[in-house]
Amino acid sequence: MTPVLRSDGLTKRYGRRAALTEATITIPAGRIVGLVGPNGAGKSTLLNLTAGTIRPTSGTIEVLGARPAASAAQLSKVGFVAQDTPVYSGLSVADHLRLGARLNPRWDATLAHQRIEQVGLDPTQKAGRLSGGQRAQLALTLAAAKRPELMIFDEPVSALDPLARRAFLQSLMEFVAELEVSVILSSHLLGDVERVCDHLVVLAGSRVQLAGDVEDLLEVHKRVIAARGELDALPPGIEIIQADHTARQSTLVVKDTTGMLAQLVPEAGVERLDLEDMVLAYLTRAASVAAGAPVRSYAEQPLEAQR
Amino acid sequence: MIDFHLDLRSGVSPYQQLVQQVQRALRLGLLSVGDQLPTVKEVVSKLAINPNTVLKAYRELEHLGLVTPRPGVGTFVTQSLAGESLAAHEPLRVELRAWLAKARAAGLDADSVEALFMTTFREATEVTR
Repeated sequence: MTPVLRSDGLTKRYGRRAALTEATITIPAGRIVGLVGPNGAGKSTLLNLTAGTIRPTSGTIEVLGARPAASAAQLSKVGFVAQDTPVYSGLSVADHLRLGARLNPRWDATLAHQRIEQVGLDPTQKAGRLSGGQRAQLALTLAAAKRPELMIFDEPVSALDPLARRAFLQSLMEFVAELEVSVILSSHLLGDVERVCDHLVVLAGSRVQLAGDVEDLLEVHKRVIAARGELDALPPGIEIIQADHTARQSTLVVKDTTGMLAQLVPEAGVERLDLEDMVLAYLTRAASVAAGAPVRSYAEQPLEAQR
Repeated sequence: MIDFHLDLRSGVSPYQQLVQQVQRALRLGLLSVGDQLPTVKEVVSKLAINPNTVLKAYRELEHLGLVTPRPGVGTFVTQSLAGESLAAHEPLRVELRAWLAKARAAGLDADSVEALFMTTFREATEVTR
């Protein structure tokens, strides 16, 4: 199956500022992708490049096998909801649906009307007078009724209260169950990402820090607690993502693609990580690299340094 | 019908939580052979989780021999885990008969008995948080 997104060395610069640097990722079809990272990490840039609203400075990107926004056919395959779920404030809910029907060749009017009714939106209401949650539901309905193969959301729930947020995610997951659509969404809320996403892309400082299926990633990332000095020489293939030390103890977050960790550390010292801790380990590492303090490998750190 | 819930702080993966909740309901007799599990769409619309998580849990339950999917219809329980409790059925039935006699003596008609039983049953057996 054609990947939903394939990029190679994808780079976007604004003048001298790098918004996205050398992003090389492949996202298989049928995933719900969580794009996470701090503000300014490049999330919106990657989403806009995927939707084709901006062009790369260098590198390549293919979305559903073609250049983003290259043709009308390509445009109809992608539903993009930009940040703050923009709608036309002067138009009514019903106007939005009429507009959607005019602009989209594969428009699913039945789906759109059912959904509007189900979430309790008044068709005569002007979109400018909707609550944040209602506006998000309208934007979601418009994106889904296009019957796209890929839906893209830039921070869809960040401005919503917890109840509206949950309602939005419920609606989105219903669409996914019903329509066989791939989804890429960016979010600060790692709990939401953990709930809905099965593929993860972590961005920080304009670079991809981590990407893959959530389950595979959680399989290879572990928290290791050991006596200080015990893990001085880790074999190649076991990468330290984060290291905290006290005088006697080391707590590491490691990525072990070799499966050799089990032989090096007693089982009691190895813990499963949840998605939040795994992501935070990468973001912490990226932040300290950006601050000019590269994370030294464990063996290089003098024992006294952290007392 | 079983009602799923999700605890993201439990350290148990979401699909495992669904599997465990079905197993628990089977053990408690809240689900028995022939009962239907909620559809994938029903579960995702309640919990706001990835449909693949539900599919994976149902596949696992199928693999364990507990449920069978009927294409286009739904997923149904094919094996109960409440086997050990069967011995208790007869004494419970005797108590229930006695209770029904009491209810009739108190003037409840069949509909009232059924309504009272069902509401109490639901309250007592709800598999929720």
